[in-house]
Amino acid sequence: MVNILSKIKKSYASRKFSRRNRSLAVDILLTIFLGIFGLFSVWPLIFAISNAFKPLNEIFLFPPRLFVQKPTLSNFADLSIIVGNSWIPISRYIFNTILITVLGTIGTVIISSMAAFPLAKYKFPGSKFMSNLIVYSLMFNGTVTALPNYIIMSRLGMVDTYLSVILPAIGSTLGLFLMKNFMVQVPDSLLEAAKIDGASEFTIFWKIMMPLSKSAWITLVILSFQTLWGTTGGSFLYTEKLKPVSYALSQIVNSGIARIGVASAVTLIMLIVPVVVFVIFQSNVIQTMATSGIKE
Amino acid sequence: MLMIKKKTTKNNYKMSMSLKEIWKYHKEKYLLILPFSIIFIVFTVIPVITSIVISFTSFNMLEAPVFVGLSNYINLLINDDVFLIAVKNTILFALITGPISYLMCFVFSWLINELPPKVRAIMTLVFYAPSISGNAYLIWKLIFSSDMYGYANSWLLKLGIVNEPILFFNKKEYVLPILIIVQLWLSLGVSFLSFIAGLQNVDKTQYEAGEIDGIKNRWQELWYITLPNMKPQLLFGAVMQITSSLSVSQISIELAGYPSVEYSGQTILTHLYDYGTIRYEMGYASAIATILFFIMIFTNIIVQKALRRVGA
Repeated sequence: MVNILSKIKKSYASRKFSRRNRSLAVDILLTIFLGIFGLFSVWPLIFAISNAFKPLNEIFLFPPRLFVQKPTLSNFADLSIIVGNSWIPISRYIFNTILITVLGTIGTVIISSMAAFPLAKYKFPGSKFMSNLIVYSLMFNGTVTALPNYIIMSRLGMVDTYLSVILPAIGSTLGLFLMKNFMVQVPDSLLEAAKIDGASEFTIFWKIMMPLSKSAWITLVILSFQTLWGTTGGSFLYTEKLKPVSYALSQIVNSGIARIGVASAVTLIMLIVPVVVFVIFQSNVIQTMATSGIKE
Repeated sequence: MLMIKKKTTKNNYKMSMSLKEIWKYHKEKYLLILPFSIIFIVFTVIPVITSIVISFTSFNMLEAPVFVGLSNYINLLINDDVFLIAVKNTILFALITGPISYLMCFVFSWLINELPPKVRAIMTLVFYAPSISGNAYLIWKLIFSSDMYGYANSWLLKLGIVNEPILFFNKKEYVLPILIIVQLWLSLGVSFLSFIAGLQNVDKTQYEAGEIDGIKNRWQELWYITLPNMKPQLLFGAVMQITSSLSVSQISIELAGYPSVEYSGQTILTHLYDYGTIRYEMGYASAIATILFFIMIFTNIIVQKALRRVGA
């Protein structure tokens, strides 16, 4: 124990240039602080995951236990039976979700980045107005715009098509606002250098702006994916065949055919994909940017 | 150098150009914005304007809207006692959760950023977990459920703190505090992620330069280097926190029930849902949305002014 401590102290004495402004005592304190809040943050989830593997008698145990004692897959087996009985195969729902999520995410990242670039880096007639409009539109509640939205979509003949879910997602103001705030950080001198070399705005956008704002658009991929993955298709998709998987699963849970164990299994299944996507992309943010900050 | 350049471009605009010239100089920029603008105008701007117009009418979604002037607003502010409770709750809620969750987002992302890369990736997931998991906040319903099987109650009973189960969601003094705890638990979301990414963007050589210039500890480093570099993300995070802390509704409906005991969990948005999705009085609902909209814009202006002083 003492050995480890002295080792840590030694490594603190010989630490690299950029870590010299740190003290061991404060580091330890902050780590404990992070640990406590981390546990508070993550425990209901651990609980939810553990619940999905609990047999029925453990779910209703008093007092409740955090971890599962005798893990079982019966909740998942029950779920697969219920799913197998529905008249549209679950694979169709999954296909719908993947289609909506992938197209929606790619569209969001490209379209909002394209628009964010000029708004972040240039001043031109209307740019300020547009920027303000976008910030303010973030603050208007969607419940009351649902009705006008529906009317517009039905006029455009988009109700009951995938487009009715994908298109509004692509015009995400949050995405544009996020991208714009990151692109502001990219030094003007880099863009000017490219301009002098004769690059068009499109080239600058694609070859300079997008690589430099990688951490931003990866964040946007995560956010957009997560939102679209959880979408239930709202009030725009009527045909059962077009509906996403989260709708189908929420029907199973809400209709009361399922027990609480199956509900936990559903929660876990819906959770896994966004978590995997998050881990893959988020570690990408951290790895790429750790070595290359934006330099003038 | 940058300042001078910006000023001259500004002056150019004052010598107003013709539309043709504007197009010639900025064609590519407009083309880049175009696809977004079309979708944005069709699916956001037009519906928002329509909704504001509807707020001056009486509209039940079946018959054509009837123009009633300001009467929706007057009713809301003078005759609707429940709305005033909702406003009070919402502002109280936002005043507590807004600043705390904003600080939490920053402090946690900053601390996580100090960790070695692999631990950093795990900790990001740990703190982001509540936001990624959709409706996992429903687990709090289980925790605070009123019988002795509720987790909070069973622990309190076991530890001998209480003798009989507390009816958490049936007593009005418990409702708002519980909602605040759950909201804080949920609050490391979009802004947290953007802070994490923003911290990665800070040029590492600046820290070394700062050290040579006499920065002595991590707190000075934070104030003089990290925060000024993070300004765009701080602005983004502020807008996100304002909208999320003023538009709490789902957790209130799911946890405290609807309507909640003595309207203790009523917020501006739950009031809006009441009129918009249950009573179908769209005019009235639109008026509520418009008032919330202006409260948010007002808050935003104040917060943005305060943020300009950061790191100065």
